[in-house]
Amino acid sequence: MIYRESGQFKTSYAADQAMFPIRQDRIFIALLLVAAVAVVPVVVSEYAIRSILMPFLILSIAAIGLNLLLGYCGLISLGTAAFMAVGAFSAYKLATGIPDLPIVLNFILAGLVTAVVGMAFGLPSLRIKGFYLAVTTLAAHFFVEWTITKFGWFTNYSPSGVISAPPLDVFGIAIDSTTEKYWFVLAWVLVLAVLAKNLVRSSVGRAWMAVRDMDVAAAVIGVPILKTKLLAFAVSSFYCGIAGALYVFAYIGTVEPQAFDLNRAFQVLFMVIIGGLGSILGSFFGAAFIVTLPIFITLAAAPFGGQIPAEVLSNLELIIFGILIVFFLIVEPLGLARLWQIGKEKLRLWPFPH
Amino acid sequence: MLEMIYLDPLFAIEVVVSGLLSGIMYSLVALGFALIFKASGIFNFAQGAFVLFAALTLVSLIEGALFGVKLPLLLAAAVTLVIMVVYGMAVERLVLRPLINQSLIILFMATIGLNFFTEGFAQMLWGAQVKRLDLGIPEKPWEGLRLATGITLSVFELVAAAIAGVLVLGLTLFFSKTTTGRALRAVSDDNQAAMSVGIPLQHIWAVVWAVAGIIALVAGMLWGAKLGVQFSLSLLALKALPVLIIGGFDSIVGVIVAGLIVGASEKFAEVFVGPYFGGAIENWFPYVLATVVLLIKPQGLFGEKIIERV
Amino acid sequence: MAGRRQFGEVILSVENIGLSFGAVQALSGVSLEVRKGQIFSIIGPNGAGKTSLLNCINGVYHPQQGQISFKGQMRARMEPHQAAAQGIARTFQNVALFRGMSTLDNIMTGRNLKMRRGFLWKALWWGPAEREELAHRAQVERVIDFLEIEAIRKTPVGRLPYGLQKRVELGRALAAEPEMLLLDEPMAGMNLEEKQDMCRFILDVNDEFGTTICLIEHDMGVVMDLSDHVVVLDYGRKIADGPPEQVRRDPRVIDAYLGAAH
Repeated sequence: MIYRESGQFKTSYAADQAMFPIRQDRIFIALLLVAAVAVVPVVVSEYAIRSILMPFLILSIAAIGLNLLLGYCGLISLGTAAFMAVGAFSAYKLATGIPDLPIVLNFILAGLVTAVVGMAFGLPSLRIKGFYLAVTTLAAHFFVEWTITKFGWFTNYSPSGVISAPPLDVFGIAIDSTTEKYWFVLAWVLVLAVLAKNLVRSSVGRAWMAVRDMDVAAAVIGVPILKTKLLAFAVSSFYCGIAGALYVFAYIGTVEPQAFDLNRAFQVLFMVIIGGLGSILGSFFGAAFIVTLPIFITLAAAPFGGQIPAEVLSNLELIIFGILIVFFLIVEPLGLARLWQIGKEKLRLWPFPH
Repeated sequence: MLEMIYLDPLFAIEVVVSGLLSGIMYSLVALGFALIFKASGIFNFAQGAFVLFAALTLVSLIEGALFGVKLPLLLAAAVTLVIMVVYGMAVERLVLRPLINQSLIILFMATIGLNFFTEGFAQMLWGAQVKRLDLGIPEKPWEGLRLATGITLSVFELVAAAIAGVLVLGLTLFFSKTTTGRALRAVSDDNQAAMSVGIPLQHIWAVVWAVAGIIALVAGMLWGAKLGVQFSLSLLALKALPVLIIGGFDSIVGVIVAGLIVGASEKFAEVFVGPYFGGAIENWFPYVLATVVLLIKPQGLFGEKIIERV
Repeated sequence: MAGRRQFGEVILSVENIGLSFGAVQALSGVSLEVRKGQIFSIIGPNGAGKTSLLNCINGVYHPQQGQISFKGQMRARMEPHQAAAQGIARTFQNVALFRGMSTLDNIMTGRNLKMRRGFLWKALWWGPAEREELAHRAQVERVIDFLEIEAIRKTPVGRLPYGLQKRVELGRALAAEPEMLLLDEPMAGMNLEEKQDMCRFILDVNDEFGTTICLIEHDMGVVMDLSDHVVVLDYGRKIADGPPEQVRRDPRVIDAYLGAAH
């Protein structure tokens, strides 16, 4: 009875097109924000923030990025990890090359560099359709991986290929405690999520979805296909680039190119599939699910003491991931986001079943 | 030293021929993909994991993982064959059939899930240590050839190429001469039409997945003996992908030729072009080649041209 | 009604176009002229090349021979979105809606061409960008009112019955405010009532907005009632061209098409 929209009449198109048209949703989101900003750093242990929340938030950005491309524009990409690497290494080169560059500007520039790289590898998408695109994005992956490993310039000639991010500061305020880094990442996540949501509910998102659903009809109604696809690649890569930069600067500090291997690309792909193709909210669900699943598996194995070797657990993880992917694709291709929506619809009708 | 290499035509021939030989082995893996693609339009990303599964199963049986009985090679291969056929059919039944009529991207992603499952399952069952597989084929240069022409080629690679060749020939005959083979070609042309003339689609698909399992076994044996049976066998899928693109997904001949092209050109590029870039270009060179082919001929060198209707 | 109406200048001129796919000649030597404000029908037996002709007009296919000019502008090789930008909108034989989107979003997509704000504005959803979206929403609501589909505004189009899908597709084309509307079998698969509705919409669009309409239809009753001008294709060639009553009497047409149909 609490979740009901009766009595809330939309009297303008503005109200109808709002991001959260239902009042209860707005209240819920506001509470969630307050909790994320103010309550979490107090209540949640530093360890949990570092090892669960940070990867969750950062990978959410990458998942949103891939979801814009795959879920909204229908273009599959296995280049996510490569684009994250481009962002990470661009931010590193910028930070070490121009030490006075403000970090926010640095990240945006790194994102733009990634966007350009993404567009270059997205160019074949005009002629190549469906999963054929997986091949050209794989080309991007292997090429980027090789370039970063082979040319010492990218790592400032670090002999091991490992880079260490310089300390973070925003407008002169040093960001070094876990809580500060958490806020820093959270700020990026919120801004990028809102921008993504705005894009997908506007003409840009409609053009993407039109291309996804039927490209010929989209062209006929006046959507320029190449431009639309390239924009999707650019925006998606921008998000992945920022995620990569945050991954190094705010999360692990030192990183080698192998941190962005093909498994990372699959990990983000799974977040998008399980979370929900074509849903910004779903990207968060998916990221949370994939980040916490190994923890749950470990917890479930805990009663058996140390009897289960780590190797078995990691294989078990592969098996469970595999089953879940197939399960979601068969049962609910729209993922957790769709389940959430169904749940809300049930709640709206509750306690009357029909 | 470098100039020496360029001046020696024999060396260039050696590079190309050994590239061609490993190219046949790529064709072999790619064949498993092409088969399933032809019959159902699915790109089975898990084919590489199938190869791993088959090779691991075979080695474990030989080493006596099953009730401590060490099976001889041929018997182990026979048992593995049965396991692979059953596994292939189970995949068709449990994963693909429920996803019938879904878009190709969804099916592709499902096979990525299947890939993870198969990798985890295979290693859970048989362990993840690197194992040696000995097929009894010597890994040494063919002396007669070297004495006659001065070209050094490994006996193993020649035998492996021959086995791959026989399998390819066998499959080609299977598709052109048997009823099931012809039905399969009908299905690949138009599955609705094939169904309407009474071809049992699901039966055909089960056969196809079973055959894909068999190809995985052969590929797993040869590659396993060459590289050692280990996780990286699973990554063969990534090698086969550009082969398929270049050859055209729906052409068996195309896939074989493309395997040769990829094998020869990547070796050639690695040896003669690679040094200028600091080497290790083998990994991405086939992909760049495939991208170029896609841009010029999206249907691949041997694929059928697709005309879109609206 | 033909003959009683007066039409403006030639808006679309197709001159001697030929189109082939490999060995198959889909169109050969087809010429026609459509005048502003006309309802122009293309008929012919199955496989006569009608849809191919529409595809050439709005740039989905590129004919190997001949020329097409729209509003006096000759075009060498035009892409569909350029044709759309010039004011040609289109519906398809098999409904080509964006299945993952709601009715509202489908029709809003028809307005995309008219939107001026770039993606950075749209990402901010603020000031001019929001005002633009809302102004276009108001336009789209007019189309929705016109086609009487208010109730299905938020329904994903994949869930709609066929007749309504066709109506939404017409709405999407109308939202682009085209000068010329190409309709590929707008009434195929509809029942009598739905057909009558569709006829009414077509006449109203033509009447109220002066939109030139070029349609393919198999229902001869509908064609003869609606059209100002009819062109008949057979095996990729034009075999008749004139007002409906003249075409109806043309012996070649009766042979090729009506004769076979009746």
